[in-house]
Amino acid sequence: MSGKRPWKTAVGATAVVLLATGCSGSDSSNSSSTSNNVVIGIGEPQHLIPSNSTESNGSDVLSSLFYPLVGFDADKKPVPVAAKSITANPTSKVWTIKLKPGFTFSNGEPVTSDNYLNAWNYAAYGPNGQGGSYFFERISGYADVQAGKDPDGDGPQKGAGPKAKELSGLKKVDDTTFTVTLSAPFAGWASVMGYTAFYPLPKAAFSAPGVIAPGFEDAVIGNGPFKIKGKWQHDSQIQVEKVAGFKGTVPKIDGITWKIYQDQTSEYADLIAGNVDVQTQIPIESLASAAGDLGNRFQKSPNSSFTFVGFPTFQKEFANVDVRRALSMAVDRKEMTDQIFLGSQTPATSFVSPVVAGYRPNTCGANCEYNPSAAKALYDAAHGPRDLKITYNADGGHKAWVDAMCNQIRASLGIKCTGVGEPKFADLLTKVEKKQPVGLIRLAWTMDYPLMENFLGPLYATDGSSNYYGYSNPTFDSLVKQGSVAPSPAEAITKWRAAEDILAKDMPVIPLRFGQNVYGHSERVKNVDVDLFSKVDIYKIEIVK
Amino acid sequence: MFRYLVRRLLQMVVTFFGATFIVYALMFANQDDPIRALAGERPISQAERQVLTERYHLDASFWHQYWYYLKGMLTGDFGTSLTGRRISDMMADAWPVTVRLALMAIVIAAAVAILAGVISGIRRGGIFDNVTLVLTLIVLALPIVVLAPLSQLIFGIKLDWFPPTAGLHPSAYALLLPALVLGSLVVATELRVTRSAVGENLRADYVRTARAKGLTRQRVVGVHVLRNSLIPVITLIGVDIGGLMSGAIVTEGVFNIPGVGFNLFRGIHTEDGPLVVGFVSVLVIVFLVVNLLVDLLYAALDPRIRYE
Repeated sequence: MSGKRPWKTAVGATAVVLLATGCSGSDSSNSSSTSNNVVIGIGEPQHLIPSNSTESNGSDVLSSLFYPLVGFDADKKPVPVAAKSITANPTSKVWTIKLKPGFTFSNGEPVTSDNYLNAWNYAAYGPNGQGGSYFFERISGYADVQAGKDPDGDGPQKGAGPKAKELSGLKKVDDTTFTVTLSAPFAGWASVMGYTAFYPLPKAAFSAPGVIAPGFEDAVIGNGPFKIKGKWQHDSQIQVEKVAGFKGTVPKIDGITWKIYQDQTSEYADLIAGNVDVQTQIPIESLASAAGDLGNRFQKSPNSSFTFVGFPTFQKEFANVDVRRALSMAVDRKEMTDQIFLGSQTPATSFVSPVVAGYRPNTCGANCEYNPSAAKALYDAAHGPRDLKITYNADGGHKAWVDAMCNQIRASLGIKCTGVGEPKFADLLTKVEKKQPVGLIRLAWTMDYPLMENFLGPLYATDGSSNYYGYSNPTFDSLVKQGSVAPSPAEAITKWRAAEDILAKDMPVIPLRFGQNVYGHSERVKNVDVDLFSKVDIYKIEIVK
Repeated sequence: MFRYLVRRLLQMVVTFFGATFIVYALMFANQDDPIRALAGERPISQAERQVLTERYHLDASFWHQYWYYLKGMLTGDFGTSLTGRRISDMMADAWPVTVRLALMAIVIAAAVAILAGVISGIRRGGIFDNVTLVLTLIVLALPIVVLAPLSQLIFGIKLDWFPPTAGLHPSAYALLLPALVLGSLVVATELRVTRSAVGENLRADYVRTARAKGLTRQRVVGVHVLRNSLIPVITLIGVDIGGLMSGAIVTEGVFNIPGVGFNLFRGIHTEDGPLVVGFVSVLVIVFLVVNLLVDLLYAALDPRIRYE
């Protein structure tokens, strides 16, 4: 075979490859800085079905596509938005929701009670596996729509199906009125309904009762001021445009391009270059230069995130409360937030975030005050462990501050302290579940609804969903519960404050920092506000004329 | 030639299954609790865990899971990622942009390396040779984690010559800066190899003969020397293409290109076995095909090489 033939084969094949791929024309959809449209940077959402969207990227996008039942005023008190009124019976057990008439979904369907009930029943139904289904667990009948326990206990396949298909606590009264019956009274229920999971779904969302139509998630239809333009372009962008004749509060912009970034640093580069108008979280790497780059377009606002370290109760060396107090007093929170977080977070000296009604500053008192000498005396008297570990997940950028905290503890108490990085949060939890001696555990919390209860319940109650360290105090549990069933929000707060005071005595965790939205915007836009859920207020933002 | 191709293709099938099996096994061994990895630090309800476990057969044994995967792949179905997207859709989105990026990088790198390599090979020890030596050393010394953000800062933001990020459907111009950065990974080695090959061949007997025949310098260097010097360079480029496709993780991250590297990173981070294996399977094919092409090119460059 002649030597010339392979030459042609190879060149031909290479040419085909080049033609097929390299020279594909660029179909860049450049909509960024046109007219009255703003570009807001986000990460790729995990889901866009409201009841399955539990992270901020998804809820950011959904906030433009949907109109919530409830919003929050400056005091974080719930105010009706899509609802005309939300009223509770005297025991706060049965809630009646009246909808404002005349609203439609962006496909023209009128918004009725059925849209809410169908969406909520879908969300709560166990086999649908919705990430936000736990929001519905207060509604009576929630247990009946969960799959039964596995009878043979050897895998989930053969578990008994749920007893019921729908929540017994949801009742339609008429097209614009429905009632929600809770399994136990809860004065704060109105606030809970402000969350993403409580948006309604149009009939078009379901291909059959209880089945979401395939492809609906890529072109979500909502009842909000914007509708999706085309489809969700995964890993690229989601464009939304104004709904003509929207009945509610009309935003001042004509459309939003939710531009998807994999990495906050590259998003920041685009913010500086003016390709993105709002970045809701400026990464810590860029903070040092942000004030110079952005000037007064670099802003801060409070959010609900709360970072702390917990004491695992299964480790006996932390059983003495004086050990826990001493460790808390050995930490200089201010130095940490200033030096490592460059002021992007604030020192925490309470057990609930400042963004909830009922927050009091400095409930932790002297226990959270930096006082190395008192800490050392207390620690030595209580015979605290001479060798301390702080375990964190290494994929979350926690190493710097955990090491700094260890240095502070070492300097204050004269003991050995090491930060131990587990690869992922799951690895950390596995170790905690196996009761291995992990030492202090790094943890954080972001609220779902602005109530003190949303910190006290999940974090410190005996059956709290994120109480990984096993703190349990019956008096505390009962006070939280009493607050939840209290007839009025004011009385609830009294009970919850009493519960928080118990935490200050027991010190189950060391409160460290409260988070802030550290955001920036371009010169094209003004009135940029990032709320306590770290979402951009799409009703306020404006284009500079 | 035909028999050679058939033999190579059969080898490729075996390599392909071997590689996907190993990657699948590694991902399985690394898999701890993908549902937890997906949820981050948020609590997961029992119902959600149960549904996801069932949907992705997460509780099945390794052989079971591998069987499900293989069955799907052979019928052209790469399965769904843990976020519920079809992996074939994700690949259709991610591959074109990465292939464009890698090809641009390789073309730029090869053009620069061969041109500069030939010049410095001819004029060894001259100013040009020494300057390129220093420049290539600098480029080699800069790791891409430094080079990528630095060039983004300088050329994208400060000088404003290029857009700082590219996105999923970038124009060729937007891809130029990431391609330059990516190409710089390989340009130095390619240049050095070309230079030494040219230097060696210039002293070869056949070059003296060609000169003695009275051929022009242009023809001697452009045809005889270059053609023989390209063999090691082509080998290197072939290996580099595969490397650039997967090695683009940093570049794609910095310039916000949701391509193959990014998807691999995401898949590994969320312990998403099918996602990683799907992308790696295609990477393996690309690697094998490119290397077959390289082997065929040898024969074209050097008539003494024949395949039977």
